[in-house]
Amino acid sequence: MATIQVDIVSAEQEIWSGEGTMVFAPGEVGELGIAPGHTPLITRLNPGDVRVVKEDGEEEFIFVSGGILEVQPHHVTVLSDTAVRGHDLDETAALEAKKKAEEALEDAASEMDYAQAQAELASTIAQIRSIEKLRKLRK
Amino acid sequence: MAGAKEIRTQIKSIGSTRKITKAMEMVAASKMRRAQERMQMARPYARRMRNVVAHASSASAEYKHPYLSDREQINTVGYIVVSSDRGLCGGLNSNLFRKLVVSMSDWNDKGVKMNVCVIGKKASAFFKRYGANVVSEATDLGDAPQLERLVGAIKIMMDDYIEGKIDRLFVVYNNFVNTMTQKPTIEQLIPIIPSEEAETQHHWDYIYEREAQEIIDTLMTRYIESLVYQAVADNNACEQAARMVAMKSATDNAGKLIDELQLVYNKARQAAITQELSEIVGGAAAV
Repeated sequence: MATIQVDIVSAEQEIWSGEGTMVFAPGEVGELGIAPGHTPLITRLNPGDVRVVKEDGEEEFIFVSGGILEVQPHHVTVLSDTAVRGHDLDETAALEAKKKAEEALEDAASEMDYAQAQAELASTIAQIRSIEKLRKLRK
Repeated sequence: MAGAKEIRTQIKSIGSTRKITKAMEMVAASKMRRAQERMQMARPYARRMRNVVAHASSASAEYKHPYLSDREQINTVGYIVVSSDRGLCGGLNSNLFRKLVVSMSDWNDKGVKMNVCVIGKKASAFFKRYGANVVSEATDLGDAPQLERLVGAIKIMMDDYIEGKIDRLFVVYNNFVNTMTQKPTIEQLIPIIPSEEAETQHHWDYIYEREAQEIIDTLMTRYIESLVYQAVADNNACEQAARMVAMKSATDNAGKLIDELQLVYNKARQAAITQELSEIVGGAAAV
């Protein structure tokens, strides 16, 4: 029986890899069934189960939280997301990262003051020391 | 003999420092192994992604993504700087920053402005001192960096590129060569440098379910994210390796110092005993 190589990977790890006679995936437009020899196709996936029917008839279920499905005649690649992603969610994350950078810059101002104070303190201490030395010499 | 007691305390304090550095060395060694595994696990995704991107970009799709075309006029460049959150890892971060500063001053000489996205506390602290336009930040990633924590910071840079606020994007990180060698690396992310193999393939195109544009957009975003994640995973392995080596040499140095001090202590003790004896003898002779 003809089989198709299936690789399910995420950015953090390789999730599953093996041969199957049929693959079902939750495409964005609708559930997809892919048999060996399918024409090249590319689509986004919704969060859901990818089902692989193996040669011995057993089925493998792999949950993906969205991603991209690429089909070649003898190869199916699922590039899974590591978490549920959405435009709004990404936007919030971006805002957070920006806020963090701005906060860090504000902190920088206070740290700068601290550095300046430290420098002033050091020079004052040096002055005191030289005055003390002078006094000792006079005695 | 006044020195003996002080030397003893010093030996004890160096001894406890050595215990700490020894423990840190062992912790770093075990963390390094896991970090290396994580780095390896992230590779297949980036590789597959690269293949798909190469196919999609060589396929005669009617839509050409902005990440694929080079801009002639460069006004601003973006840097994503990956560093460690913690110190005590030898010259890892400072080597990286040195290389970065050279590259940044090159651009500066050409009158190009720079936007920076920092990952890791050390880079954040560095740019506070160095002064740069830091547009986004991601810190406290921990030993097992998660992609979700990075997404926001990367998105800002990618959006800036699309909007034309930056014309080139680089990622700066330490490349893990082996335990002893970590190579500071600056890599161009956007525009994507096409791989040679893609050019030679015959032309065909995918069936796109939904608009080709949408899918290619998602694909490119994920691709860039995966490259940055790979850089973070590499840098993390580097951090642990560098810390392990640094702590090993610290432990060795502490051992040497203790040996030397022990010798000084023994001499001081011997001198004290000799002196005491001669005093007793002298005293007895006087009586």
